[in-house]
Amino acid sequence: MRILITSILFILLTPIAGGLLAGVDRVISARMQKRVGPSILQPFYDVLKLFQKENVVVNVSQNLYVFSFLFFTIFTGVLFFIGGDILLTVFSSTLAGIFFILGGYSTHSPYSFLGSERELISMVSDEPMVILMAIGMYMVTQSFLIRDIIAFNQPIIYYLPGVFIGYLFVLTIKMKKSPFDLSMSHHAHQEIVSGITTEFSGKSLALIEIAHWYENIFLLGTVFLFFAPKPILGVMMSLIIYLVEIFIDNTNARVKWQWLFKSSWFVALCAGAVNIFVLFINQS
Amino acid sequence: MSFFKKSPWLIHYDGSSCNGCDIEVLACLTPVYDIERFGIINTGNPKHADIFLITGAVNEQNKEVILNIYSQMPDPKVVIAVGACASSGGICAEGYNILGGVDKLIPVDVYVPGCAARPEAIIDGVVKGLEVLENKYRNKNKKK
Repeated sequence: MRILITSILFILLTPIAGGLLAGVDRVISARMQKRVGPSILQPFYDVLKLFQKENVVVNVSQNLYVFSFLFFTIFTGVLFFIGGDILLTVFSSTLAGIFFILGGYSTHSPYSFLGSERELISMVSDEPMVILMAIGMYMVTQSFLIRDIIAFNQPIIYYLPGVFIGYLFVLTIKMKKSPFDLSMSHHAHQEIVSGITTEFSGKSLALIEIAHWYENIFLLGTVFLFFAPKPILGVMMSLIIYLVEIFIDNTNARVKWQWLFKSSWFVALCAGAVNIFVLFINQS
Repeated sequence: MSFFKKSPWLIHYDGSSCNGCDIEVLACLTPVYDIERFGIINTGNPKHADIFLITGAVNEQNKEVILNIYSQMPDPKVVIAVGACASSGGICAEGYNILGGVDKLIPVDVYVPGCAARPEAIIDGVVKGLEVLENKYRNKNKKK
């Protein structure tokens, strides 16, 4: 029963929180550029407007892919917030990403092809570090279940500082923030038009946007996990880290995919794997 | 209730403009005018856009491009001709390759005068375009 209530609350409240977060993101970005910026509710206006627009469908299968992307993103979040298996959340969020990429490929536009390829590369780049995070949490708490990880007596960051730093690096890729936003153009940079979302319009684009809100809340939840026994500290840290991400977004130029790939694997190896190796030696 | 007034996304295309109007369109994005405070985003993607902003006259080479962009935009959509050239051909009208204003090719909803059109005038034009957009949305629903 508790699981059911938590899932329903998550499904209903997350779009509100995620949309507000996106609105805050846009206002803060504007202020960083000495602009006034839009209203904080702007993301909601955008999505509601997209629902009123005509939906141009290039390929019928794209609807299924977009729906599956949204469905599995919500599934990931529900699994996470009811305290399920962290490995399963990692895999289902990957599956959601794969559906998004398939959606991009299915539209047969050269720009969305390029965007999908870049999205695939960023997925390959961030996946090792995400898996290392799950492994690290298992090594500390001896459980893959999120409810056990939260119930651990000390903040996990004491044991996993390296993994945390590596995960922060990867978070920029996951949130599609500036140095690593190769797959989807945001506002001003348009060298591949809109990348993976080029051919989506109307309702499909609105669903993609909502899926991103769910995804962002899930990602901030994973940051919370590092500070779990101290909930206030955890919430504060995840908000601070979101602010840091906005700052990085506004101060960095987009990099090439080669650099994205090399740097993220390098960080995963240096910060994540070394941290886990030290833990392993300590435990044995 | 329609939300077009709250979040108009636009695409900007440069016909055979002298770039005077283009600079003024881009000036709207700068901190001085900051059109994002009205929720306006320069998308650069016809499939995401509600408003088609054209600067410069139509010529033989770009008429295909303009038609292509126009037909790719999902309904409801609004076309705004920015500057004298886009409105009537302006100083370029007598050119051997010029068809004339944008309305020779596609239906234009709002004409923004000026050579070059000032950013204030462009913002005014977009605001005017929003009313047209809203009416088009209402009419579409009535037909259903």
